[in-house]
Amino acid sequence: MKFLEEKIVKALMYLSTALVAAWVVSILWTILSKGWGSMSWEMVSQLPGGGFYIGKEGGFLNAIVGSLYIVGASAVLGLLVSVPVVFYLNVYLRRSSKLGYAARLACDVLFGIPSIVYGAFGFALMVALGMRASLGGGIVVVTLLIIPIFIRSMDEAARGFPREILDTAYSLGATRLQTIGVVLRQIAPGIATATLLSIGRAIGDAAGVMFTAGYTDSIPTSLSQPAATLPLAVFFQLSSPIAEVQNRAYAAAAVLTLIVLVLSVGGRLIMNRFSKNKLQ
Amino acid sequence: MTRTFRPDNKFPRSADTTQMKIEGLDVHIGASAILKNVNLVIPDKQITCVIGPSGCGKSTLLRSMNRLIDSTEGARIEGRILIGDEDIVHSGEHITELRRRIGLVSQKPSPLPMSIFENVAYGCQIHGIRNRRKLRLVVRHYLEAVGLWDEVAERLHTPASRLSIGQQQRLCLARSLAVEPQFILADEATSALDPIASRNVEELFVRLKNDYSIIMVTHTLRQARRIADHVVFMYLGEVVEAGPAVQVFDDPQHELTKKYLSGAFS
Ligand SMILES: Nc1ncnc2c1ncn2[C@@H]1O[C@H](COP(=O)(O)OP(=O)(O)O)[C@@H](O)[C@H]1O
Ligand SMILES: [Mg+2]
Repeated sequence: MKFLEEKIVKALMYLSTALVAAWVVSILWTILSKGWGSMSWEMVSQLPGGGFYIGKEGGFLNAIVGSLYIVGASAVLGLLVSVPVVFYLNVYLRRSSKLGYAARLACDVLFGIPSIVYGAFGFALMVALGMRASLGGGIVVVTLLIIPIFIRSMDEAARGFPREILDTAYSLGATRLQTIGVVLRQIAPGIATATLLSIGRAIGDAAGVMFTAGYTDSIPTSLSQPAATLPLAVFFQLSSPIAEVQNRAYAAAAVLTLIVLVLSVGGRLIMNRFSKNKLQ
Repeated sequence: MTRTFRPDNKFPRSADTTQMKIEGLDVHIGASAILKNVNLVIPDKQITCVIGPSGCGKSTLLRSMNRLIDSTEGARIEGRILIGDEDIVHSGEHITELRRRIGLVSQKPSPLPMSIFENVAYGCQIHGIRNRRKLRLVVRHYLEAVGLWDEVAERLHTPASRLSIGQQQRLCLARSLAVEPQFILADEATSALDPIASRNVEELFVRLKNDYSIIMVTHTLRQARRIADHVVFMYLGEVVEAGPAVQVFDDPQHELTKKYLSGAFS
């Protein structure tokens, strides 16, 4: 009887694993098979030319560069804000601190807010300030969007941080601020993972940037110019009635997926390097 | 090992007295009294062993001596701990400087998540030594002092966590020595080690007492008998008996001490 149970559970596990795998493969297959036809060097290396939206020349370099700008800048800004917050929560505050509890709760709430709300919030703010959709606006909104993800996942890593390490640093005469080097080294894998998660979410997010970054056929040269992004490139081209343009949407989607893949594989390699010194 | 060899003079030894005097020390954590009216004299440049059943407050006593107790939630400390004539419980001296002068080696080796080199250099760096060449000299000097240099010279930049437990403990000792303390506190520093590594560390402490005052909590009476110059016996947060090792071991004054030494409880 027990034997049978075990077999059933095992079969179920295999089934669900196979399901997940099939899902990943079918997504990749759809994107690649549809996008491959229109994928060319021109697509990823050129800006939209005349008649791009009726299937003529050009590519979507504007969207690739725009997405990388926004995500890169947001990741850096997000880290600059989140690392001190996480450090403060875990080293300065006591475990039972009410402030820490409130901050974590606030983060959970922010984490659950859909990105379109962030977009609307950013849009309202920009209207009030008399700003137009721009690269800068997109960066700010995406930064706000990813900060809760950063903080939550890094905090998770920092909570498992062995207190003895802090005591060791203190007993050598380190101030609380000086322990940051030690803390960062120990939770480096957590930070790398957090960065990946947030970049993955940020680069694929269309709703946050739709009103705030806008869309354009050129590459922005300043923060006040609008910027194109990959998810919006997919969205706009997919809504075209022309089949050729629709296929270009899949090419853009393929590039987006590829970037996410490279980020996660690269991130994992970097993470292994970072965790070299980590204590188990 | 001698101090005349010191590769740098960053930390001139302030007062050369390394005698510690504890007067009326009380430590509470929350509502419970952990240490009650502790009065002790820790003699200069000798090994003082603190013995007593587990839970009697030995670790708390050590953690009070370098004020690590401050980072325990709900801890309150009263009384005086004097080094020379300076009271470190109430001293205006910055606590980080105090901790530099009092090294701690814990029960479980506690390498920092860094390379071997960085572990030893860390303390010096936080106290302001930045010069790489100087750091290299310091690291080598103290790794030699704990007999680890030959074992790790080829892999200074590999993670400290890859060393064996015994090597890690000697590394931690080197790390403490590198900031030039006057006191070394050791909390059951050999209890996690195998017998050979344990002997190694023990012998190291015996050699170090020429230069440092060593206060050592030990879980084995036999170890205390081997190396102690001075013995402190604690029970339920109080010092029951303290004195020269010969006297406490061979002619204990207290009933409790006699019982403990004879193995009636542990
Ligand atoms: N952080 C703490 N909170 C509450 N009680 C503590 C804490 N640390 C130690 N104690 C208590 O203080 C007493 C002495 O502990 P400790 O100094 O670790 O003893 P020892 O090192 O002699 O085994 C024990 O009864 C222990 O339960
Ligand atoms: Mg203890």
